[in-house]
Amino acid sequence: MSAASESAVRVGLVYPELLGTYGDRGNAVVLVQRLRWRGHAAELVEVTAGAAIPDSLDVYLFGGGEDDPQVMASAGMRSSRAAIDRGRAGGAAVLAVCAGFQLIGHSYEAADGTMIDGLGLVDAVTRAGPNRLIGELVVEPDPPLPVLTGFENHGGRTTLGPSERPLGRVLARNGRGGDTEGLVGERLIGTYMHGPVLPRNPALADHILSWVVGGLSPLDSTPEEHLRATQLHAGSARSVRKWWQERVLARG
Amino acid sequence: MSRRSVRTSIAITGGRVAGWLSRATGRGQGATISGRVINAMAPNALAQLAAGQRVALVSATNGKTTTTRLLAAAVARTGEPVVSNATGANLTSGIAPILAKARAPGLAVLEVDERVLPRVVDPLGAELLVLGNLSRDQLDRYGEVHAVGDVWRHTAETHPDLRVVANASDPHVVWAAAPAKTTWVDLGRGWRNDAATCPNCAALLTWSTDRFDCPSCGFGQPATPNRLDGGTLALDGTRVPLRLALPGRWNLANAALAVTAATTHFGVDPHEAADAATTITTVAGRYMTVALTDGRRARVLLAKNPAGWSEVLHHLSDRNCSVVIAVNARVADGKDPSWLWDVPYELLRGRPVAAAGERAYDVAVRLRYAEVDHIVEPDPLAAATKLPGDDVNIVASYTQFSAIYRRFG
Repeated sequence: MSAASESAVRVGLVYPELLGTYGDRGNAVVLVQRLRWRGHAAELVEVTAGAAIPDSLDVYLFGGGEDDPQVMASAGMRSSRAAIDRGRAGGAAVLAVCAGFQLIGHSYEAADGTMIDGLGLVDAVTRAGPNRLIGELVVEPDPPLPVLTGFENHGGRTTLGPSERPLGRVLARNGRGGDTEGLVGERLIGTYMHGPVLPRNPALADHILSWVVGGLSPLDSTPEEHLRATQLHAGSARSVRKWWQERVLARG
Repeated sequence: MSRRSVRTSIAITGGRVAGWLSRATGRGQGATISGRVINAMAPNALAQLAAGQRVALVSATNGKTTTTRLLAAAVARTGEPVVSNATGANLTSGIAPILAKARAPGLAVLEVDERVLPRVVDPLGAELLVLGNLSRDQLDRYGEVHAVGDVWRHTAETHPDLRVVANASDPHVVWAAAPAKTTWVDLGRGWRNDAATCPNCAALLTWSTDRFDCPSCGFGQPATPNRLDGGTLALDGTRVPLRLALPGRWNLANAALAVTAATTHFGVDPHEAADAATTITTVAGRYMTVALTDGRRARVLLAKNPAGWSEVLHHLSDRNCSVVIAVNARVADGKDPSWLWDVPYELLRGRPVAAAGERAYDVAVRLRYAEVDHIVEPDPLAAATKLPGDDVNIVASYTQFSAIYRRFG
């Protein structure tokens, strides 16, 4: 248990102008609100592009971004590497989504084919894939986390080193399964799931918060569970009829 | 009017039959399927149909349907016959049947999808592009904003004689239109969350109250004597009041763009063009009111992405009104509703609000975290009847909006 009872938990949204393309602010809002609703003090700290990333954050959120902004973000993150390390040594958690996930690895392949250095917080390398993976994703992580849902939209393929553990097994990706998704490390999650991922998976939000503040009191999540149930169904079972309706008839 | 080939004529007839079938069976308004049939039966149809027409193309992420409507009304003041796609069918399939209706040489004012624009400039022999704004929209389908700006720019580079009227205050549009013969109009600071980096060199753009600049390569907002100043368009020294029946700041920007294009390219008197704009009250169902079962009426607005929603929210937050947020995530909406988290729904706190549409639960979760009390009712009209007051607004994503328009429009 950290000193959360004395000072507010600082949820850091890193470079929202660069790494905020896919509603990534939502992950920060969910962490802050789920703390406040339980009586914890919490604040959303925006680290604007160009500013140094401080060592005083309790959660570091690295979100999704377009090609050029991702290159900009990588430079800023690398120059703040020491501060991020100090923060993590002090117990801070990391959630890295899509471009952010690629940036916490050793390197990633940019749109023009050059390899760009990442933070190297985890043993992972991202190469450009043959096509973009776009669609609903259903992922089964190890217990105690329940099945997770999200929406992926990326061209990169991330390969984990032998010592790294994936976040989970893909149950459905555009109707197919197989493969693994994301990465889970010490107080760290990397994933390609948008949605954003935390509003759609409140258990994952609470899992990250428990790393920072310890045990959490129960919180009603009925609306989120309605959404999760709907998307579990949508991600797993796509009928031909629905495909036909969406592709052909609804365009009129 | 130029002669159409036998093949094209047969294709047009085939398209009419398909369009009639679509309307008769309640599938749609028939424009898109009609055009698909025409384009499939006669691949050169677009070029043949456009011959004899002076073609102006309007594109943007937001406001292209309204801007097209306003421009068509303004250029009609020249007395020339005008054809225009009034229903918002803006793919190549939507354009063909509109041109097929032209009976004589005249003006064609056509709304075009952002991705389709580069492909139709040549076949249509377009002489003018009217470019409004670019922001994130349907990322699963369109890809990234920068990519759309780049393909527009390629069109400008490869067509040196093309005339362009463009928004000077949107970095992506400026990047796209700079190589062309462009008349700029400063429409003021709108949504800029998708323009953090320079389209030219990828450095961080700096924004002041009235302009943007790249501190690294010198790219920046072009100087222009044309600018929107509140409700008045300053057009090269002439002040043109814009008195619109359409609501919101965003429609003033649409009108300023249309009046500038009508005046500078088609020679319409600016006050005449502005007067034509005042006559427009609804645009393909946008801003129409529909009757609720309890006798009240609800106003219908289209908002399909964070930039559009941001404008609508600022408009609604001035009013003591009820709001239905109706969201789908079909192909035409974008299949990823993550963008709901980029919209400051917190502005609706204290107002009666309903989460509706096929993705009502996504909306409900977003509203929960915004601490906006709400009800959940997937049917937007049923939701509207459950909200109090005489100022009920249904703000709908694209396919939700289309469904309401088909039913009441």
